[in-house]
Amino acid sequence: MNATVTAPPVPTPPTANVSDRLRRRASRHIKERVIEALLFGAALVSVFTTAAIVYILVKESWIFFEAVPLSRFLFDTQWTPLFDDAHYGIMVLLSGTITSSAVALLVAIPLGTIIAIYLSEFAPFKVREIAKPFLELLGDVPTIVYGYFALVFLTPLLQKIYPDLPGFNLLSAGLVMGVMIIPYVASLSEDAMRAVPMALREGSYAMGATRLQTALRVVMPAAASGIGAAYILGISRAVGETMIVAVAAGMQPSLNFNPAEPGATITSYIVQVALGDLPHGSIGYQTIFAAGLTLMLMTLLFNLLGLWLRKRYREVY
Amino acid sequence: MMKTQDIQAIRALITKSRRWDIFFGVLGILALMLCVLTFMTLFVDMAIRGLGRIDAAFFTSFPSRHPEQAGILSAWVGSALVMLVTGLAAVPLGVAAGVYLEEYAPKHWLTDLIEINITNLAAVPSIVYGLLALGLFVYLFGFGQSILSAGLTLALLILPVVIVATREAIRSIPLMIREGSYACGATTWQTVSDHILPYSSAGILTGVIIGMARAIGETAPIITIGALTFIAFLPNAPFTGVPPAGLFDWLFAPFTVMPIQMFNWTSRPEAAFLINAAAAGLVLVLMTLAMNGTAIWLRYRLRKNITW
Repeated sequence: MNATVTAPPVPTPPTANVSDRLRRRASRHIKERVIEALLFGAALVSVFTTAAIVYILVKESWIFFEAVPLSRFLFDTQWTPLFDDAHYGIMVLLSGTITSSAVALLVAIPLGTIIAIYLSEFAPFKVREIAKPFLELLGDVPTIVYGYFALVFLTPLLQKIYPDLPGFNLLSAGLVMGVMIIPYVASLSEDAMRAVPMALREGSYAMGATRLQTALRVVMPAAASGIGAAYILGISRAVGETMIVAVAAGMQPSLNFNPAEPGATITSYIVQVALGDLPHGSIGYQTIFAAGLTLMLMTLLFNLLGLWLRKRYREVY
Repeated sequence: MMKTQDIQAIRALITKSRRWDIFFGVLGILALMLCVLTFMTLFVDMAIRGLGRIDAAFFTSFPSRHPEQAGILSAWVGSALVMLVTGLAAVPLGVAAGVYLEEYAPKHWLTDLIEINITNLAAVPSIVYGLLALGLFVYLFGFGQSILSAGLTLALLILPVVIVATREAIRSIPLMIREGSYACGATTWQTVSDHILPYSSAGILTGVIIGMARAIGETAPIITIGALTFIAFLPNAPFTGVPPAGLFDWLFAPFTVMPIQMFNWTSRPEAAFLINAAAAGLVLVLMTLAMNGTAIWLRYRLRKNITW
């Protein structure tokens, strides 16, 4: 694109105009600075995105909190923003989020850790080469497809074991969500374990430890900060997961922690309102920004925790 | 001299440890198999239900109230157009940001801030991006519930993926390439455009494909900005309207995308629509699998072929 600049500099005889060469140098310099500024601008987009997220969520929630005091938002035990007798107790949505996330994490964290240990310490090279890309594929299946699977396949299957299970429930949504999160937990934990130097393992093996003993007592403690970060990413995924719960959990807000009941989470409530026809600016509509702000604060909290974990427990070799 | 009992005790201990070791090896395989099995079940179940619906008419029909006549024409066209906007926005921005952070950025607080920011953005739930887009693109900028809003939203969503992939690809280029270029008198940008970008292009492409595969399956942010679920017409083909303003008509058209079409069919009470949902899901999964497969293959080729 810039043939004049990229061409090798023509050797100028000493008698040639020196100022001409200098001018070319100067224009080259300006071009460099312009390009650098452009690239810097692109890098700043990510900062602007974060700033814009905070700005939009706070600005739009403000309209909501002007009408509904914070205490009612935090401590009310009902969530009925679309009824005439409106209640705005975020606890109700939080209970759904916590229940479905807990079910998901009960699946994802043990299985993810086992797979990570297996791939990092036990599996032959060939198995790992095939399993890792496959896990990535699993993590990239669109979540709406997982939601469909929970509703159409898993719930009827669970109903055969437990006939009282309603057609929409947090249990099957949570279980499928767990399977969706396994790849993230497994892949990141495995990376952390693989980063542990071989010398530590060799020391352990030299003392006569088995692979399992080495994995549990040497590798895992040494990789603790990375594994912790993987768990936290898993938690963020579970809390922020939307379509699986929106499809399979029924979007009925209720304050209880029973996974065998239908329920609404923060995320599925946002979908429910977005699908409806409430006008922008009405209190009912602004609730989704308040709910989104709550969600954002939760994930921010987990992120900071992860950052602190990494700083605090990182082993440097 | 050791007593026989001690030796026996040690042997018992060793046998026990070995047994646990083998047990865990089997447990690991079983856990992995559970993942494989879940995916296989999902895929086969969807194929059994939906394969019968997939024919040429399914791709060339609009959604309809009659499940057996409904198709995904407006959905796949919408997905393609949204992906076009996403790619046009995310690739230049992401690559530029990655290049800046690797080749230009001085080590100070602002660079650190940008880096922490990118890590954090990767963990923000996608629905929050939807709320951002709703406030920013739809209402503040007035883009409406259009292809442009959706494309830009997904571009912001996959930006961290593209940036991280670019940085990793650039970081794997050995320092001597840069030193050689600088030694010949090249400027930083000449080094980047003539050496760094060509050598890292395959790695960047891998990241871009993975990002796009993620974007094409995203449902939540697009529902949040208010994409319609029932669209029985097509937007203008890109860049075909009356110039100059007409060229960009397609950007502001209402639209639907594949995952939303599937969500719509999944949430209908009639069982016949579930078959359509399975068919749409099958197409969607095959699309993401094909994209991810390409990316994995590219990465594999890359690792094999490059020797510095």
